[in-house]
Amino acid sequence: MKSTAILSAIVAFAAIASDAHAQQLSGAGATFPAPLYQRWGVEYNKLFPAVQVNYQSVGSGAGVKNFTAGVVDFGASDAAMSDAEIAKVAKGVVMIPATAGEIVLAYNLPGVTKLNLSREVMAGIYLGKVTKWNDAAIVKDNPGVTMPNVAIQVASRSDGSGTTFIFTQHLSAISKDFADEVGTDKSVTFPVGVGGKGNEGVTALVKQSPGAIGYVEYGYAKNNGVAMANLQNKSGNFIAPDIAGAAATLANVQLPENLRVWPVDPEGANDYPIVSFTWLLLYKKYDDAAKSKALKDFLAWGLTEGQKFSEELGYVPLPAPVVEKAQAALAIVQ
Amino acid sequence: MPIENTETPAIGDVRVGPDVFRVICWIASATAVGILGWIIYEIVDSAWPAINKFGLGFLTSSAWVPNRENFGVLPFIIGTAVSSFIAILLAFPLGLAIAIFLSENFLPLPVRQTIRFVVEMLAAIPSVVYGLWGIFVVIPLVKVFGDWAVSVFHETWMIPGVDGGPATQVGIPILETLFAPPAYGNSMLTASIVLALMILPTLTAISRSALTAVPKTLREGAYALGATRWEAILGVILPTAAPGVVAATILALGRAMGETMAVAMLIGNSSRLSWSLLSPGGTLAGLLANQFGEADGMQVNSLMYAALILVVITLGVNLIGEAVLRHTQKATAGIR
Repeated sequence: MKSTAILSAIVAFAAIASDAHAQQLSGAGATFPAPLYQRWGVEYNKLFPAVQVNYQSVGSGAGVKNFTAGVVDFGASDAAMSDAEIAKVAKGVVMIPATAGEIVLAYNLPGVTKLNLSREVMAGIYLGKVTKWNDAAIVKDNPGVTMPNVAIQVASRSDGSGTTFIFTQHLSAISKDFADEVGTDKSVTFPVGVGGKGNEGVTALVKQSPGAIGYVEYGYAKNNGVAMANLQNKSGNFIAPDIAGAAATLANVQLPENLRVWPVDPEGANDYPIVSFTWLLLYKKYDDAAKSKALKDFLAWGLTEGQKFSEELGYVPLPAPVVEKAQAALAIVQ
Repeated sequence: MPIENTETPAIGDVRVGPDVFRVICWIASATAVGILGWIIYEIVDSAWPAINKFGLGFLTSSAWVPNRENFGVLPFIIGTAVSSFIAILLAFPLGLAIAIFLSENFLPLPVRQTIRFVVEMLAAIPSVVYGLWGIFVVIPLVKVFGDWAVSVFHETWMIPGVDGGPATQVGIPILETLFAPPAYGNSMLTASIVLALMILPTLTAISRSALTAVPKTLREGAYALGATRWEAILGVILPTAAPGVVAATILALGRAMGETMAVAMLIGNSSRLSWSLLSPGGTLAGLLANQFGEADGMQVNSLMYAALILVVITLGVNLIGEAVLRHTQKATAGIR
């Protein structure tokens, strides 16, 4: 009796697996956009039950490695791919910006609801040179606000992350001292502060310690109700972080032909300074035409309908000009 | 289900039950040993480029700068040692006291068994839950304690200036250094307190079995000679069980050193060396948990090298603990 049941289960499973219409799409890469891509997979599967998308958030580095080795159908990376990395992929590479993130400085100062941070101060805090909230440089940019005589507790990410990469890339661009002393990477060693694991770890650090400041993705700060600082952009204006502002920044970005660009220090007068795209990595040519079509359909949906899930998950929806260029790039894929 | 008789075949034949069972057990044991060897081989193999490049300097360098390809794990080795040591310091008196209490008949047996069950249940709580509990309960407490310690131990005394010069304020030596400002919530102290709770079941359970293994004859002999219960515990039972308690402590130390998730969530993950217990620190296990996900190139090799060091340390500590435990069991078996 038992064996019959098992046998019928196997048959049923085999039937599902060999279903001519079922299409498995596997991807791997960056952890930062993973919640969005996984949500896309779930929502798309509801619309088209035959297509199953499996995205593993293994990290950008591992994503590029898996993609180069050809063990996944698509990769994902916060750092796109370098020309040297692209040259290693015989099938050719198409990079598509799929979503974007905005990094904010969350802070915890009871009584201070609006905080302006200049470029020098931001770099100074993360270099351990600005140590008190009533530092003259901070007071100067916050007229009418009584800055408390409290030590600044600096929080950063202890785990390797695209968030740290984008944040340190911006700091390195605006401060030579920062570029020399710390530099840019997914994990760096800051001369001050404590490290929290993940966006949630840094958010918890900031929420619990009066006097704390930490960089997190916009969505985390917003959902946790943490105050966010207005950051000074290249034009000298202090810009409040929100999705609309970040989208405006991204709309100003001039995309090159390979769509690989970092707005490390955007120039627009109202641009929020720390934003970045994150990329999907596709082959130029797929051996399996059915798979290629399923993947293209899925991503075409992600670039349009899928963008609607961005905001609730804390991502910045791609502005229309970027979507157009991404769609054009997607059309190249065979 | 009916029990089948599997032991019928004649001598010399393969007996389906016992012989197959023996072969299965053999394979299972060999697999366990093989997997340990395989893990170590894989770690050494992946660590090899880093071992070649940094050599033993890896152990003594305090720079962990992934973007400059500069790796050294001294702060993490020290952090592992210090956090585990403080955890033992906190857990040992508590664990030993519980073990004595549970091995004596102070309370009726059902009550003792309930307490024992509850203490051992502490081992069943997942590490990440300890971490979350630490974030929401221990960190705020440590922050309050830290601010208090800093205010009490620093600038405690006023020393009048010589010849009318300005007065200077001095703190209490040593304590002033161990509790130096700024007081962070995510600190060595927080991680150590939570670690102490996590190793308490190990410490208590093994100490308790060492205490109950003390032969009845010794205990009764002590009472017969007129010893009070207090004297019997301190003078006879504890010394006899001492090696077992030492083994319990060493095994608990091994657990503390390898503990990952709770520590990574609480210690503050900094590679800066500091004497202050209120400062953030880092451990080898925490470093691996934090950085492995997005690492590539030499960083992976260096993390594997750090993993190798952690494996060697924890295997060593556990081997010593097992050896002491085995020695004790032999020794007390003799008396019985």
